[in-house]
Amino acid sequence: MSPSDGDANAPVPATLEAFMVQALQMELDAAQRYNEFADMMEVHNNPEVVEWFRKMAVIEGKHAAHIMAQMGWSTVPALSANAPRLAGFEAVEGAAVDELHYLMQPWHVLQLALAGEERAERFFAQMARETKIETIRMAATTLQQEERDHVELVKAWMQKVPQPDNNWDQDPDPPRYDD
Amino acid sequence: MQAQPALPSSVSIALAGSGGSGVMTAGTLLLAAAAKAGAYGLMVRTSGPQIRGGEAAAMLRLGSHAMSSLDDGFDLLLAIDWQNVNRFADEIVLGARSVLIGDPDEGEPPDVYKAMGARYAPLSLKKMAKEIPGSWVNMIALGLSGALAGLPLQALQDAVRDGWKKPDTLEANLKAVAAGAAAAAQIAVQLAQDGGAMTQLQVSAPIGQRRWMLSGNEATGFGALKAGVRFVAAYPITPATEVLEWLAPRLVKVGGTLLQAEDELASINMIIGASYGGVPALTATAGPGLSLMTEAIGLAVASEVPIVVIDVMRGGPSTGIPAKSEQSDLSFAVSGLHGDAPRLVVAPTSIADCLGATQWAVHLAEALQAPAIVLSDQFMGQSRVITDRPPESGHVAQRLAALANTPDYKRYRNTDSGVSPMAIPGTEGVTYTADGLEHSEAGIPSSQSRDHVMQLDKRQRKLTLHDYGSYWADIEGEADAAVITFGSASGPVREAIERAKARGIVMRLIVLRLLAPARPEHMAAALKGVKRVIVVEQNHGAQLYRYLRAWYDFPAPPASYHRPGPLPLRPAELLTALLQWSDQS
Amino acid sequence: MNTTLNQDAAVAQPMVGFTAAQYKSSYKPIWCPGCGDFTVLSSVTKALSIMGVPPKDCAVVSGIGCSSRIPAYTTCYGFHGVHGRSLAAATGLKVARPDLQVLVAGGDGDGYSIGGNHFLHACRRNVDMTYLVMDNHVYGMTKGQPSPTTEPDWDSKLSPGGTGVRVFNPMVVALASGANFVARAFAGDLHGTADIIAQAMKHPGFSFVEILSPCVTFRPEQRDWRKLVHAPEAPVTDDAALAARRLMKDDGLNIGVLYAGDRTPYPAAPRQARCSVADLEAEFEL
Repeated sequence: MSPSDGDANAPVPATLEAFMVQALQMELDAAQRYNEFADMMEVHNNPEVVEWFRKMAVIEGKHAAHIMAQMGWSTVPALSANAPRLAGFEAVEGAAVDELHYLMQPWHVLQLALAGEERAERFFAQMARETKIETIRMAATTLQQEERDHVELVKAWMQKVPQPDNNWDQDPDPPRYDD
Repeated sequence: MQAQPALPSSVSIALAGSGGSGVMTAGTLLLAAAAKAGAYGLMVRTSGPQIRGGEAAAMLRLGSHAMSSLDDGFDLLLAIDWQNVNRFADEIVLGARSVLIGDPDEGEPPDVYKAMGARYAPLSLKKMAKEIPGSWVNMIALGLSGALAGLPLQALQDAVRDGWKKPDTLEANLKAVAAGAAAAAQIAVQLAQDGGAMTQLQVSAPIGQRRWMLSGNEATGFGALKAGVRFVAAYPITPATEVLEWLAPRLVKVGGTLLQAEDELASINMIIGASYGGVPALTATAGPGLSLMTEAIGLAVASEVPIVVIDVMRGGPSTGIPAKSEQSDLSFAVSGLHGDAPRLVVAPTSIADCLGATQWAVHLAEALQAPAIVLSDQFMGQSRVITDRPPESGHVAQRLAALANTPDYKRYRNTDSGVSPMAIPGTEGVTYTADGLEHSEAGIPSSQSRDHVMQLDKRQRKLTLHDYGSYWADIEGEADAAVITFGSASGPVREAIERAKARGIVMRLIVLRLLAPARPEHMAAALKGVKRVIVVEQNHGAQLYRYLRAWYDFPAPPASYHRPGPLPLRPAELLTALLQWSDQS
Repeated sequence: MNTTLNQDAAVAQPMVGFTAAQYKSSYKPIWCPGCGDFTVLSSVTKALSIMGVPPKDCAVVSGIGCSSRIPAYTTCYGFHGVHGRSLAAATGLKVARPDLQVLVAGGDGDGYSIGGNHFLHACRRNVDMTYLVMDNHVYGMTKGQPSPTTEPDWDSKLSPGGTGVRVFNPMVVALASGANFVARAFAGDLHGTADIIAQAMKHPGFSFVEILSPCVTFRPEQRDWRKLVHAPEAPVTDDAALAARRLMKDDGLNIGVLYAGDRTPYPAAPRQARCSVADLEAEFEL
């Protein structure tokens, strides 16, 4: 399971407002994505992983709420139809659906989350580098630091969950019954 | 007071869990182990709608006698985890003497099972498996449940050895089976002190003939091959796909062909084409597919081309409940063609009989140059059974073929028997055109009244005059009360009748194997001495009851017990119904 | 301060239109985790949001199979019909109710095998609707048989050693039969697929979008599609002959709109009555 990689394929927004809307959108999309993953795993009877995906959704949600508080927004502003993307198909912070496996374990969830947070950190670092506007540069740097904090948090969690063994994706029962 | 023979005992075990827990595999191995220990058994499976990772349960009944029905409840429910296992509460019924085993690390048993009053014995199955690196938790469950049921460790481990595909993990899993069996011993002690030990199997090694273990769908495929089918057209549909998947490689091995069709309209027309060419042909489908095939089945009737269509019945109507069983295609099978279109309808009476009944259907279709629909169902098709080796019936495809250069050959000649020699392409001097249009004896399209009546009579007569022998129905017992049923319903019906007999109430059982054409004389003989009849079936519209009333005379208006799927008929509910009916008469 | 944000609750309702989330129902799909159909569902809801069609004015018609479960996962009107006949049902619906936005969805087994005949004729008729085929080169729901787009040498129980039969080429067939819009999308690209679906819905006539949607259970190797798909070498054309030549050499991994024509769509059913039923008596009177 390897995450997608690369530089962002869109220019830095021209105003601080637009930049923060974009950042908010990233967090909201990520929260939604993690909740959808939790739903999928719930239907497939994997409660431990459901819990971890919900946790990640809450973290992204908190980050989104934090951005809104900073900007003084009480309702979510109109979001653009297209979120920024890295080269490749995925949103910056969201994992691809095909990274999931019905037998995945909490460690896998954290691996996906870690990759997402690292991508987000790199994205904001790139924005900070490329912008000519001081307020945006400062905001991007702050966000980059916040994502770095998330990276450390996820890494700490990864130390605490068991590592999957070699057979984690083996199911004795095949999908079609081999009788 | 007559001494009644004790009813044979059995033990019923359910293994449940969700994705990755491997309960289906464990169930299959448990059945195999029972076979090795000399027991008979039946395994039925159920699962959620997910393709992978869904909740699943393997439900087994093991005993010293051949069985074709699940019992009313289970002696043991062993759950590796409880994820959505509560969904099976209607199918897995427990009582005060039952045992409920779960892994405390996976949470409490769902309320719906606790409320059934069973005795709970928690056991850390996952921890036990972790202590044996390389082992699967379902192997702990196998050892545990098998030992509690009274199966020897040797049989359990032998079953695992036979099926194991990865040599480097075999030892660990044999150890896991042993660990489960050891835990069983401790639990048994606990149970003995608290309400009594669990029922155990009483078996000895089988004497004489070897036994078989197979599913109804496999038996169906094998029956077809034994009869001589060498062309199959296939379109996947639940729950019939396994018939076709089983046949695919084996048909090739014996010199036949399987073609995957683009849909059921294609598959039915393909087998008609192959059969017209002289090769016995068959396809398998379920309700929705059979509906698509009807026009062409009519073509086979009118053009007198033999074919066999297996219908593995499932919950209807329309898309219905694909993975559950029901007996609701009967009306459709016996009368669902436009025009006056007589055809053969055969219903296997058990999982093992799927072999013999299919083999017979092929033989009949070929002998009578007509389509035969075989009414199997999901319960028989997808369940596995340990059974005595089915007897050799000797039924083979034997078509009355026209000899080369027969003088004045007429394909649809009006013979006494109704069967006219069929010319196989490649035979000199007897070419003809098969036709769905009504035709003269020579096969020329005709709208003449004389030809229509003659051909209608011929196609009807060939079926009604045929001597089907005693295989047309299984008739058991002498009494003035008779129960008529068919297919998978016969298992629980037979058991209910046995229980009634233990109470001094005797009934005759008539299990129909030939549903169409109707057999008035033979039914009359079967009902000799019978004063009252009840018809039992698993559908909402009392289809068999109405069909029998339409075609047969009865000493008095028959009674009916019927209910639809998805839950299988149970001996207890049928016993209640039969006793009530018996009291009323 | 609300620290756990629920996007649905907090979003300011736009004056016109609906968010993508408003097109998703509360039923949780039974698809395997990892299935491409999840992203297709998200792309469809995003496309509907772009189009601004009220859910009540949109109908999603499907057949049988894993992909065909999609109608109930949307808040639109849905019709989950029989295997392979979704295009026929959708045609009836759209011709009787031209005011509705009609989306047809299903898999490659449903659409190209049993549905093959209806596919041909739906393209010919060119009724204004959008047909999405989630192609994973397998029959998933019945547990792993080859479909018309499965490679000839793919081993399976039903066809051991492979079917040995050439794969079906839906793009060429659609173009030759008369479809007005032919595109391919990749489920792994949510935004790209949503764009293509929106374009398909906007384009008049029969719009066909084949969506490569990996089946992680029966074709796990399809996870590699994300590395193999690529943009088309040439821009979209409205020249059918040119599109046909390109499609005959297509490698099956070209993602984008390949043909957008100006073939006349099937006329919408006239709604104005021109006489009353009673007026028709005149032809019988002596």
